[in-house]
Amino acid sequence: MSAQATRSARAVRRTRRIEAFKSSARLFARNRMGVAGLAILTVFVILALFADVLAPESRLSVTDAPGAPLEPPSAQFWLGTDELGRSVLDLVIQGAQISLLVGFLATAISMLIGALVGITAGYFGGWIDVILMRLTDWFLVIPFLPLAIVLAAVLGRGLFVIAFVIGIVTWPGTARVVRAQVLTLKERPYVERARALGASDRQIIGRHILPNVFPLIFANTILVVAVAILTEATLSFLGLGDPFSVSWGSILESAFAEGAISLGAWWYLVPPGLCIVLVVLGFTMCGYAFDEILDPRLRER
Amino acid sequence: MVGAVGTLLFVLVLNFFLFRILPGDPERTLTRLQRVSPSTIDEVKRELGLDRPLAVQFFDYLGDTARGELGISYVFSRPVSEVIGNALWPTILLVGVATVGATIIGTLIGIWGAWRRGSVVDAASLGFGLITYAMPEFWLGMLLILGFAVALDWFPTSFMTTPGLADASAGVQLVDTLEHLFLPALTLVLALLGEYALIMRSSVIEAMNEDYVTTARAKGMREALVLRKHVVPNALLPVVTLAALNLGFIVSGAITVETVFSWPGLGQLTFRAINGGPDYPLLQGLFLLFSVAVIFANLAADLLLGLLDPRIGRV
Repeated sequence: MSAQATRSARAVRRTRRIEAFKSSARLFARNRMGVAGLAILTVFVILALFADVLAPESRLSVTDAPGAPLEPPSAQFWLGTDELGRSVLDLVIQGAQISLLVGFLATAISMLIGALVGITAGYFGGWIDVILMRLTDWFLVIPFLPLAIVLAAVLGRGLFVIAFVIGIVTWPGTARVVRAQVLTLKERPYVERARALGASDRQIIGRHILPNVFPLIFANTILVVAVAILTEATLSFLGLGDPFSVSWGSILESAFAEGAISLGAWWYLVPPGLCIVLVVLGFTMCGYAFDEILDPRLRER
Repeated sequence: MVGAVGTLLFVLVLNFFLFRILPGDPERTLTRLQRVSPSTIDEVKRELGLDRPLAVQFFDYLGDTARGELGISYVFSRPVSEVIGNALWPTILLVGVATVGATIIGTLIGIWGAWRRGSVVDAASLGFGLITYAMPEFWLGMLLILGFAVALDWFPTSFMTTPGLADASAGVQLVDTLEHLFLPALTLVLALLGEYALIMRSSVIEAMNEDYVTTARAKGMREALVLRKHVVPNALLPVVTLAALNLGFIVSGAITVETVFSWPGLGQLTFRAINGGPDYPLLQGLFLLFSVAVIFANLAADLLLGLLDPRIGRV
């Protein structure tokens, strides 16, 4: 009897979640900006997933490049070649993989720290809150690009280092948003009820707090990916990227170093930058769309 | 005020410890590429004070920093404070011109957008803001050089002055510097514009719904006059704060733009410090300066807002 009851409660909860998800999806589908952003991102994710098929690494060999140096676009090389004779199109496709990978990895790190700090500070309050929020404020005030540069210079060059550095400089925003949400959540009647029934802090956080801040973390995540991809490009351009992998930022770095500007080699400069703009735009547009779904007050604008 | 001091202390602590988790010992980094005996290394260690406890080293570092002694740059073989001092003015010039330009143009676009909400100009400025946000500044700079300096040859591609003009008259030199300044400043203005326009737009829209604006309209005041006398002065407050806050951030935001244009300021210095080793003492000094700039900009924004907005009162 009681097993029956819990199962049906769980089933009810599941149907309710699916319904909520469906209604969010419907709202998203009606949001033109969000759909456009999602379309852009889908194209790039597919490009990144099939990068090794579309632009096999054998064609990116430094010693045995398929073309002549700095060839303008032609039927064979749609986007011309770089200073070593490699196809810029191949480089940009391979770059999609690294740029997106670093972007997602950095965001995951940033979210993890931000959510952990935000929930701990908001839920436990008191001196823990004071200390954690002080720390968050300090990180918010320090200009994040110089901090990222210094960290990357000290820790050395590598994909994980770059992702870690970006995660370290972007978590404070998430921590503040999550904390604010947790502060209102922990005063809700159902949390009080759970506490009265003897639930532990871990149970309350896991069952009531986390599921309710998750949508917020998710909406925030999308905007952080955009920042992460831009920061990766900037750090790689400044010479702090992983020397063994091709990202959009590192393509721009070598284009700049090889004098593509004064040689007028626009085909080497324009495509990687355009990819960055499109992907960041895609994430930003999706982020705004999610904000509108989660915050009904914004819908009327 | 207390917050600013706390932040400053945090930056100093961070700066001290960050550069002490470096791979390898400082004494080895300093004597690299040289054949040295263990006794020389001990001597270098003693000279740098590395043989003393960490706490003592930290207080030494605080004292040195307060006196402006930031160590010797590896790349330039000169004191870091001197190297930074030489690069300070070009950055202040570039960032100052760009901030003034972006604030004025952005504010005007924002007012226009709010006044004619939903018009073509409004939609275009919102779209423009969205795109410039997504654009790395250094890429925008490269495109501008490619178009206006290489293809059209209207402006010089890089540096702050044309070599060989040292003996020319002051007027010629001024024009020369302005020509060099135009493209990097334009890059920063375009990159910043969208944000100012957006903030001003929402601020004006908010001010338009205030009671005193309705009163002014009810008195039969012309719309343009209402906008100029009642809406804009009140709506300017957030922009003033943003401009003050940004001032600190732009100094570091100009890092990539200066690199692209070989502008001889702090940004290009950062680029050289990264690629010259890295030049840790120089990076440490630059990080300190960038952070201090932001802390002071924050403080200035607070004080300015307290001065301009009587509701906030004294800080």
